[in-house]
Amino acid sequence: MSTPYAKLPAWADYGLIPLINLSVAFIVAGLVVVLVGENPFRAAVILVEGAFGKGTGIAFTLFYATTFIFTGLSVAVAAHCSLFNIGTEGQAYIGGLGIALVCLSLDSTLPWWLLFPLAIVASAAFGALWGFIPAYLQAKRGSHIVITTIMFNFIAASTMVYLLVGLLKPAGSQAPQTRNFVGGAELPKLNWVIELFGAKIRSAPLNICFLLALVMAFLVWLLIWRTKLGYEMRTYGHSPKAARYAGISETRIVLTAMMISGALAGMMALNPVMGDQHNVAIDFVSGAGYVGIAVALMGRLHPVGIVLAAILFGMLYQGGAELSFEMPSITRDMIVIIQGLVILFAGALEHMFRPYIQAIFASFSPKSVGMEAIKGKGA
Amino acid sequence: MAQAAIELIGINKSFGAVRANRDINLEVARGTIHGIVGENGAGKSTLMSILYGFYQADSGEIRVGGKPVAINTSNDAIALGIGMVHQHFMLVDNFTVLENVILGAENDPLLKSSIAKARSELDRLEREYGLEVDPDAVIEELPVGLQQRVEILKALYRGAEILILDEPTGVLTPAEADHLFRILKQLKDQGKTIVLITHKLREIMAITDTVSVMRQGTMVATRVTKQTTVGELAELMVGRRVLLRVEKGQSEAGAIKLSVKNLTVKDSRGVTMVDNVSFDVRGGEIVGIAGVAGNGQSELLEAISGIRHAVSGEVMLDGKPIDLTGKADPGELRDRGLAHVPEDRHHVGLVLAFEENENSILGYHDDERYLKGLFLNVDAIMADAKDKIEKYDIRPGNPRLKTANFSGGNQQKIVLAREMEQDPGVLIVGQPTRGVDVGAIEFIHKRLIAMRDQGKAVLVVSVELDEIRSLSDRILVMFAGRVVGERGPEATEGELGLLMAGVEHQEAAE
Repeated sequence: MSTPYAKLPAWADYGLIPLINLSVAFIVAGLVVVLVGENPFRAAVILVEGAFGKGTGIAFTLFYATTFIFTGLSVAVAAHCSLFNIGTEGQAYIGGLGIALVCLSLDSTLPWWLLFPLAIVASAAFGALWGFIPAYLQAKRGSHIVITTIMFNFIAASTMVYLLVGLLKPAGSQAPQTRNFVGGAELPKLNWVIELFGAKIRSAPLNICFLLALVMAFLVWLLIWRTKLGYEMRTYGHSPKAARYAGISETRIVLTAMMISGALAGMMALNPVMGDQHNVAIDFVSGAGYVGIAVALMGRLHPVGIVLAAILFGMLYQGGAELSFEMPSITRDMIVIIQGLVILFAGALEHMFRPYIQAIFASFSPKSVGMEAIKGKGA
Repeated sequence: MAQAAIELIGINKSFGAVRANRDINLEVARGTIHGIVGENGAGKSTLMSILYGFYQADSGEIRVGGKPVAINTSNDAIALGIGMVHQHFMLVDNFTVLENVILGAENDPLLKSSIAKARSELDRLEREYGLEVDPDAVIEELPVGLQQRVEILKALYRGAEILILDEPTGVLTPAEADHLFRILKQLKDQGKTIVLITHKLREIMAITDTVSVMRQGTMVATRVTKQTTVGELAELMVGRRVLLRVEKGQSEAGAIKLSVKNLTVKDSRGVTMVDNVSFDVRGGEIVGIAGVAGNGQSELLEAISGIRHAVSGEVMLDGKPIDLTGKADPGELRDRGLAHVPEDRHHVGLVLAFEENENSILGYHDDERYLKGLFLNVDAIMADAKDKIEKYDIRPGNPRLKTANFSGGNQQKIVLAREMEQDPGVLIVGQPTRGVDVGAIEFIHKRLIAMRDQGKAVLVVSVELDEIRSLSDRILVMFAGRVVGERGPEATEGELGLLMAGVEHQEAAE
């Protein structure tokens, strides 16, 4: 009886509300487009067509989505344990280091199907390590994970710069990056799948990491809702006191959740490194970790929602690139503003419209909301 | 009859499909104490929240002093002279009494004149109503009884003519409750009108002039207190006859199952909460620990159940020691047959965001029955949850329903079912019926006695003296972290009340 607003049916909760948030984000973004003197409707058409209009666009959209699925899952796993992992960015960066070490030493000897599993393990292990340290500091020393993970992003960035301008850079090269990988370190593309549907693709980086991302999404669902470990993580996430009562070790669960989260973040590096660039360059993560926070929030921490939200953000990235190309007055910075608005409305202000929608629902059909509660009243 | 201070006419309020109040009519005469009783979820709190402006009624009319009024916010209510003392105090812990009293009624940026005005006003209120409180004391250093007085002062300072008290005695010792009642009577004599919401029928009988009974959102009866009985009120509340005192046979105490020796526990600030406590619980008996909340009972339970580390002492479970100072693990204790129903079911005993079936394995989720390797055995968990729902009459009987949507009594049954069905040798229970309605109380008490009759050792901690007295075979009283006395179940309330208040400390400690 403490909440005046009853529950919404699931379709409204997971479909209607995100849709409304998204629409508002686009309306506000449209106003921004008007401000710079362009036609917002044409901009919207360019954006959507750029992302889904041609085969190449779709492939790029899904390539970006792959990256965001990994970072979104990473944030979500930690969040289910009530840990706000802002360090996905750094964990992915360090994950790239793991891949670099494996690929640099084995790319000319192993075929991709042997090298890929090794690289997965290496990226996950390095990412997990980068998640482990802040988790340890929180569990044992009480340092707040939000602060430490942010700091670890900087440490990761500095470490990688140090390595990429020094140890990992081929002698004589001017570029702060590793040498280009060859042979086994180039992952198969998936562009042919899109071409099966008749679309033409010039060249796009969509690769089998997309499938790996979908598999990981399923595994995360299994982990959270079907395993004992996931049960313990959720218990701790909802109520640390209940976890203590249930005999769940805080140290163990915090460490495990952060390591899984870090591993997923680290695996994100596979997509751009082995699937596209074939080297590890400075700042190759370029903010995907932070986008992961928005993706996880918008996806309501559920793998299905995360995959959908990741595709949306993939669309914004790809369509946004097209937009700034087609409309020169809309610069890259404008695209960032539009992305920021989506994050703002879909992530941070997720609950802004909820009370109104609930009130509308309650007045329309009281039966659709809170039926369960009435039965719970009489003891 | 005096003129009505408040009239509620045809009040309706629904939350979605839940009709919390239907066609409520209530008239409270000026200068009287009017009681409102009813089970949890009967709609008492909703009704008072409407009167105090937290909720708006869907339909119906409120009249204050004969005039129809619109109360949309609590400021409206305050302006009409309605004050509320909440069950959970709305005080800022690290503010002084004075600062709390002027909170929300400050009228100058530097507070200087507000504070001066409040000081003289508090002085007057203290003199008139016997509400003595040190205005410069910091709230967190005051005992709960005094904190409650500050709440009352707050309402009076804002000019309340009508005071609503929501379950005011839940946290008080019998002596503090008596003092509160004296204050209320004095307020009444000065012409204030008081609405008292409670589920304790004895208080209704002791202090109110008239009483209204609510059941499932409706007002089922209003009686003049002198012309009714506890039995009648209870029957009206539940809708059927209730056993107010459980029937139980003689206990047949067996071997010592749980033995506590010289146990000392400190809280996180290093304050000694349990001070050198020793007692035994035998199989086949219920030992009750009485005491006002905050005298170390919670910490005692937590230490025994492995949630809180003890400083020193020894606890033996079935003759084998529990590692208290090292790494006591609640999971390991469960394996050894110690079940624990914690005091705080909302944050400790249950995860309210979980489905019912997920809560029915909390703490036992390591059990092979519920697992398939690393995975949860969903089918087994569901079957098990359905089984418990059946046995403990948990309603609604839907294991997929979110636990937060169950009523307090049913939530408690979820915890009890989980702990009792593990067939433990020792059961420790904190506040078995806190926030639980009369019908479920009867059920829970019967279950606890059934456990005892099966030869289990049962340790019950409760702040409800009635409960302790009707359940226990032996009663221990805790005060300031120490066990200050042991009595049989025949001990009178007055005797226990004195022990709980720390009087007779010397004699009782022996």
